Amino acid sequence: MSQTTDVSAGPPSGAGLPAAPVDLRTKARPGEAVIKVLLLMSALLSIAISFGIVAALIRPVIDFFAEVPFGDFFTTEGEFAVLPLVAGTMMVTMIALLVAVPLGLGAAMYLSEYASPRVRKWLKPTVELLAGVPSVVYGFFALAFVTPTLLQDILNVEVGFTNALAAGLVLGVMIVPTVASLAEDALRAVPLAMRQGSLAMGANRRQTTLRVVFPAALSGIAAAVVLGMSRAIGETMIVALAAGGQKNLSLDPREGMQTMTGFMAQTAGGENAVGSTSYNTLFAVGLLLFVITLVINVISISFVRRFRQVY
Amino acid sequence: MSIATRTAREVTASTIATGRSRDKTPGSLLFLGALWFSLFFGVMVLVVLIVSTALEGASRFDSNLITEYGSILRPEETGFRAGILGTLWLMLTTAALAIPLGIAAAIYLEEFADPLTWYNRFIEVNIQNLAAVPSIVYGLLAVAALAVVGFNETGVVIGGAVALALLILPVIIITTRESLRAVPREIRFGSLALGATIWQTTWRQTLPSAVPGIATGTILGLSRAIGEAAPLLIIGIAGSVLFDPDGLVSPVTALPIQIYDLTSRSQEAFQQAASAAIIVLLAMILSLNALAIFIRNKFQKTW
Repeated sequence: MSQTTDVSAGPPSGAGLPAAPVDLRTKARPGEAVIKVLLLMSALLSIAISFGIVAALIRPVIDFFAEVPFGDFFTTEGEFAVLPLVAGTMMVTMIALLVAVPLGLGAAMYLSEYASPRVRKWLKPTVELLAGVPSVVYGFFALAFVTPTLLQDILNVEVGFTNALAAGLVLGVMIVPTVASLAEDALRAVPLAMRQGSLAMGANRRQTTLRVVFPAALSGIAAAVVLGMSRAIGETMIVALAAGGQKNLSLDPREGMQTMTGFMAQTAGGENAVGSTSYNTLFAVGLLLFVITLVINVISISFVRRFRQVY
Repeated sequence: MSIATRTAREVTASTIATGRSRDKTPGSLLFLGALWFSLFFGVMVLVVLIVSTALEGASRFDSNLITEYGSILRPEETGFRAGILGTLWLMLTTAALAIPLGIAAAIYLEEFADPLTWYNRFIEVNIQNLAAVPSIVYGLLAVAALAVVGFNETGVVIGGAVALALLILPVIIITTRESLRAVPREIRFGSLALGATIWQTTWRQTLPSAVPGIATGTILGLSRAIGEAAPLLIIGIAGSVLFDPDGLVSPVTALPIQIYDLTSRSQEAFQQAASAAIIVLLAMILSLNALAIFIRNKFQKTW
């Protein structure tokens, strides 16, 4: 959400409804009570979805661990080993963040500190267009252009047909808008008075941006980076196509390595019977993925809270 | 912020010394150049992506592309009729499921709920969280949800639509809330002062004023749903459907799934077909985005 509402200035009930001396909500209108209940149920559905996700994942996971001992799952080798997948995910995510964090923060700083409102009105949707391109298209691009043309022909890097490097680079471009948009919100939330103070002391705009605005917005920027990381971990189609289809515990980004999401896509597309142990691996890896992104998202949300509370 | 302080702030902002006169040092220019680079790098990638894909798929821009079904034996004549129709079916069903629910939830949270109670805060954090859950997890949820109601067919329209609707619901709720919040309080005050109830105020004043913003957010959410392949893969939607979908329980395929299928085949003709399909998919998505931006610029009120 890009806007902050000033709760303290408004009345405590609803969105800006007046704390009227005559409470109109006590008027007897049975039809409206029904409407209100329906609206409440729609809102509660979101909670049901959250619990649904956990419930949906837990049952097959219990079945899975009845067949496969914990040790065979959290290990580095074997059919059910998950650690190579986690390592693959981390490798691709790190490469993606190396691309997305500088580019995203640079774009955010320009949009927030340098661009005039008119320029901003045009540039912002253009940057956001990058997030609108489907991930399967990025995956095709990584496989058909970045690996053979950019990496092998132009940059002369010896990479495999599928490799973590190409997948990570393209994934990084894809999450630039996520990082940029949240970081820009954080930068814009820094009060104008701080910039004025800095400029009055004789600083130029670069110094003001880097030494005053940037540190003041740090918690929001951290939230942006963390959210970008969560996006990168959960992204599926790019890595399913371009990162590789074999588990590979390696630190060399030029090799192909399967990620958690890539493994899930492969398993779901395969011929495993529903309910079989191989099929249930899908849910075990899915639950791990969900827990990892949940923790990261909670961290991100708490960072956002902090920067909203300060100003 | 009251109108008076806002105006004062704008005046201050427009007359403030910007520090621009001291921006000519080499370091500052380098910094500005780096910022420009980070803005235009993405645009550059987008241009390269579209141009290289269009060049590769150029030989396939013929009528077969949209009128023929997929063919493995004759890859140079394969078409995407089933995928395009499937994507349209999925999109309409997703919209019918997600839009009413999303708007209703947003209205409750924004107009009726007391933001200070613990359960409303919980709903709020929960929705923020759902918006960042990986899309592939929604596929798993949809599989389980349909199994609970005793529906076990895989790869049908309703299964894919449920997964996509769950995926875009948080997006619709968040953007709808923002548009509702942008409607000034004075509009609500006026309506309530004339004796309208909260629901009448919402239905006749707040909601109509917020429609352009809601429409923009919803269209952007749907354009995200069209391009998704991961949850559809989990729900069992395959690329090899050779007929038009004709109902909610009809087996279906989708354009992104077909692209994924073709990309994994190594023959050159399949790659060309995939490129052409990508251009079709991008055209659909970009026109939805353009529609959203048009609605925003044309109808958005500034208060």
